[in-house]
Amino acid sequence: MEFVQDLLTTFNFIVQGLWVTISVTAVALTTGVVIGIVLAIVRVYGHPFLQIAVIIYSVVIRAVPVIVIIFILFFVISRYVNLSPFWAGALALGFASGAYQTEIFRGALQAVQSGQMIAARAIGMSRLQAIQSIVLPQAVRLALPAWGNEATLVLKDSTLVFAVGVPEILRRAQQVSARTFEPFLAFGVALLLYLALTLITTQALRWLERRYRLQM
Amino acid sequence: MTAPILRIEDVHKSYGNLQVLKGVSLTVQPQEVVVLVGPSGSGKSTLLRCINLLSPPTKGRIWLEDQDITAPGVNQDRVRQRIGMVFQEFNLFTHLTALGNVMIGLTKVRKMRKNEARDLAMFELERVGLADRAHYYPAQLSGGQKQRVAIARALSMDPHIMLFDEPTSALDPELTGEVLAVMQKLASEGMTMIVVSHEIGFARQVADRVVFMEGGVVVEEGPPQCMFKQAIHERTRAFLRTIEYMRHAP
Amino acid sequence: MNDVIDLLRKVTPDLLQGTVVTLQITAVSLTLGMIVGLPVGVGRVYGPGWVRRILGAYVTLFQGTPLLIQLFMAYYGLPDIGITLGRLQAAFLTLGLNSAAYQAEYLRSALQSVSEGQMIAARALGMSKWQAIWSIILPQAVRLALPSWSNEAIAMLKYTSVVFLIAVPDLMGQAKILSSRYFAPIQIYLIVAVFYIVLVGITYLILTWIERRVRIPGLTSGTE
Repeated sequence: MEFVQDLLTTFNFIVQGLWVTISVTAVALTTGVVIGIVLAIVRVYGHPFLQIAVIIYSVVIRAVPVIVIIFILFFVISRYVNLSPFWAGALALGFASGAYQTEIFRGALQAVQSGQMIAARAIGMSRLQAIQSIVLPQAVRLALPAWGNEATLVLKDSTLVFAVGVPEILRRAQQVSARTFEPFLAFGVALLLYLALTLITTQALRWLERRYRLQM
Repeated sequence: MTAPILRIEDVHKSYGNLQVLKGVSLTVQPQEVVVLVGPSGSGKSTLLRCINLLSPPTKGRIWLEDQDITAPGVNQDRVRQRIGMVFQEFNLFTHLTALGNVMIGLTKVRKMRKNEARDLAMFELERVGLADRAHYYPAQLSGGQKQRVAIARALSMDPHIMLFDEPTSALDPELTGEVLAVMQKLASEGMTMIVVSHEIGFARQVADRVVFMEGGVVVEEGPPQCMFKQAIHERTRAFLRTIEYMRHAP
Repeated sequence: MNDVIDLLRKVTPDLLQGTVVTLQITAVSLTLGMIVGLPVGVGRVYGPGWVRRILGAYVTLFQGTPLLIQLFMAYYGLPDIGITLGRLQAAFLTLGLNSAAYQAEYLRSALQSVSEGQMIAARALGMSKWQAIWSIILPQAVRLALPSWSNEAIAMLKYTSVVFLIAVPDLMGQAKILSSRYFAPIQIYLIVAVFYIVLVGITYLILTWIERRVRIPGLTSGTE
C-alpha cells in the first residue's frame, strides 16, 4: 500500500510538469518553424549575400550542442530583457531548432519540381505569390516526415531547459525525489511519462503524414 | 546405363494456398544437359530452387548421387556445395571484386587458404575469359561479364551439377552470346547442367533433352530435334512457336 | 578586445582539459554503442520473434525518452535499487546504451536495404545463414550505414555536453566553473561554442575522409 501511495504522490507531482514540457516544446517548435521556413526561402530564392548568411547560421548552430545555445541565449536574453526562464529557454530551443528546420524546408523546397514555379509565373503570379501559394504548400507536405522527426527531437531536447530552472518533467522529478528519497521511482515515472508522450506524438505525426501525403 | 546423378520424384511445392509444383518427376544422367522451357509461372525456377533446397519441396523426394537430400536431418549447406547455381539477376556480391566473388566460397565454405583460393579463383576467371577484370567491382562490369563472373563463382565450388535460372534473360540481346558461349563450353567439358532458358538456339545445339513444363507439371520431354519438330502436345507446340517467333521478331 | 584575449588566455587550459574529457566520453560511448548496437541491429532483423520484440522494446525505450533523464536515472536513480555508478561510469553507460539504440536502427535499415538476392546467392554457395550474414550481408550493410553512422558520431559528440549536469568535468563542466569564477558566462559559453565548432568540424572532415576511403562502386546509400 505504501508503494502505491508513493507512486501516486510522485506521479501527481511530476505530471504537473507535463504541461510545461508540452508548452516549451510548442513554443520552440513554433519559433523553429517560423525561422526555418523564412530562412529556407531566403536560402533557396534569396539574394546570394543573404544565402551565405543563412548557410553560416545553419552550419554554426548545428555544430554547437543545443544546451550551449540555450545557455548563451539565456544569459544574453536575461541581461537585456526581462523574460522568465520559461520563455528564454523555449525561445533558445526554438532558435536552435530553427537551424535544423531550415535544412529540412530547404530540402523540401528544392524537391518541388522547377516546373511548378515556371507554371505559376506563366499564369502571371509574382515570385513571392508563386512561392507562397504554389511552391510552399507542396514543400511543407514534402517536409512532413523529416519535420516530424525533428519535432520528437525537440520534444526530447525540451528537458534541456531543466538546466536554466524551468519546472518541466525532469525538474519536477528531481524535486519530488529530493522530498521522497525515491529517485528510482521519480525518474522512472519521468521516463515513462516521456515515453508515452513521444509515442503519442509519433502516432499523431504518422496520422498527419498519411492525411496530407501528396500524390505525385 | 550409369546411375543417375539427380532423381526427382513427385515433387510438390506450395506457398500458402498457391500450388506451384504439382508433382514433378525428372531424372538427370551425369554429363547430361537438360533445358527446361515453359511459360512464366509454370514452376521452372521453383523447381531449380527445390533442387538446391533454397526452398525445399513441400512433398516428394530428391536424390542427389544416391543421397536423399529431402530426408530430415540432411545438412543443406553441404548439399548446396555440390550444386552450383546461376541466377537471372547475377546476384554478385556487391562489396567484393570479381576475384573476391569467386574467392569467398573457397575461403569461407571450403576453408581454403587465401593464396590457394586466389590461384584457383584466377583460374576460374580465366575459364570464363575474365582474368583481366579480376579487380573490378560488379558495378564496373557489363551484364554479360557479371554473369560470367557468377558462373565462375559457382564453378569454383567444384559442383557436381549446375543449375541456370534464366541466365540470359536480364541481359541486353547483344550480351547473351558471351554467356551462352561459356555455358556451351562447360557442357562440352562434360558438366551436368539444368538450364531454364528460352534460348532456342542454345537448346537446339547444346541440350540433350528439352523438358516442357506448364502449370506445375512436366507436360512433355524429349531430344531437342523431336521437341522442336514434332511435339506431341498442342500446348508444347504453341509455346515453342511463340518463343521461336519472338526470337526472330524484329 | 584585449579583455577577450586576456580571458581566453585564462580559460583555455581548463577548457582544453574539459575537451579531453568530452572526447573521451564521445569515444567510449561510440565504441560501446557499436559493440552493443551491432548485435542489436542484426538481432532485430535476423533474430527469432521474441528476440526481435525484446530488442525493439530496448530501442523504443532509449529513443523514446530524453538522454538527460536516462542519465539522471543511471546516476541518481539506480543507487536506489543497489546499483551505484561513478559519474564517468554513469555517463559512459547511458550515452553508450543510448548510442547503441540509434546505431542499431541505422544498421537495421541498412541490413534491410541489402537486396535479397545477396542472401540467396550466399546460401546457394553453401554458406550457412549466419556465415552469409557475417561475410556477405554485414560488410555491405556497414558501408551503407556509414553516412548515418557519421551523423550519429557528430550527434554524440554534441550530446556529451549534458554530462556536466551530473557534474562530470567535460567542456561544459569546465565552462560552468569558469563562468562563475570570472563572472562572464556569455563570453565563456561563446568560447565553448567555438571549441565545439572546431571539434565538430575536425570530426566531420575525418569521417568524410573515411567514407571516401571505404567507398565501393555500386555500394552507396541514396542517390548517386
